[in-house]
Amino acid sequence: MAIWDYANPTRFLRLVQVVLPWLIGLCVIAFAAGLYMSFFVAPEDYQQGDTVRIMYIHVPAAWLSMMCYSVMALSSLGTLVWKHPLADVSAKSAAPIGAAFTFMALVTGSLWGKPMWGTYWVWDARLTSVLVLFIMYLGLMTLWRTMEDPIKAGKAAAILTLVGALNLPIIKFSVDWWNTLHQPASVMRMDGPTIHPDILWPLLVMAIAFTLLFFVLHLMAMRNEILRRRVRALRLRAASAAQPGTAAATAQPAE
Amino acid sequence: MDLGPHAGFIWASYGLCLLTVLGLIAWVRIDKAQQEKALKDLAARGISRARPAGEGKTSS
Repeated sequence: MAIWDYANPTRFLRLVQVVLPWLIGLCVIAFAAGLYMSFFVAPEDYQQGDTVRIMYIHVPAAWLSMMCYSVMALSSLGTLVWKHPLADVSAKSAAPIGAAFTFMALVTGSLWGKPMWGTYWVWDARLTSVLVLFIMYLGLMTLWRTMEDPIKAGKAAAILTLVGALNLPIIKFSVDWWNTLHQPASVMRMDGPTIHPDILWPLLVMAIAFTLLFFVLHLMAMRNEILRRRVRALRLRAASAAQPGTAAATAQPAE
Repeated sequence: MDLGPHAGFIWASYGLCLLTVLGLIAWVRIDKAQQEKALKDLAARGISRARPAGEGKTSS
């Protein structure tokens, strides 16, 4: 089955109905295992002590904040290049989830920074670029809300999303390009992770749990957006039927 | 569970993440209920996606 087979929203909704319970089950299991490993299996760090346990939520939230934006950028390409009917539904639905993960990364990082760095916040390249990402998410959410027509809003948001995607490599490489208070990458490195496996495994399990959570929420939000567009299309159809002289409602791709 | 002198920062981090995730779950569930209610209300007024009988058939 190709991705185009799910361009039909009704078929996509049927797929969501089948897949969602399995994803939710896997997500709950992954979180249970990840939290158990984070608090009862993983040792204290020799320098940071127990505060290293903040890493098990901070790092996955930070990864997901970037992955979510990558999903939005790909969806935006789908809107502008391939005109896939569900592409802007995907992008719009992912924005609030991405904003929430970015918010989690910023606040947990701040709460980790105070005992380790002695400050909640510094205007260094990594922290500032992630704050810019958060503002981008809020801006995109606002843009979608300010435009009545979801098709026009989708196109405008897709362009803005792709422009904002330039921030992703800046976030990733900021710790290498500039001298920052934030530590450099210690998991995704060309020469392999520099973290001890006792700490790395809980982190990876929590990253899987966060990724599953993203997919669960994204599918649910996409389903809601399809339903919202159906409601809008039906209201427009009812309004045009009530006033025969007015222009007929335009059909929405994700109706 | 003793999380040392910085336990407050650790619990605050996990608590805030829990609240954020619960907020996201509440958002998608409330939104779904609202859209389904709107579709139900429209259907009750006779406005639905189902085509009226005979529509789409060609007369021979």
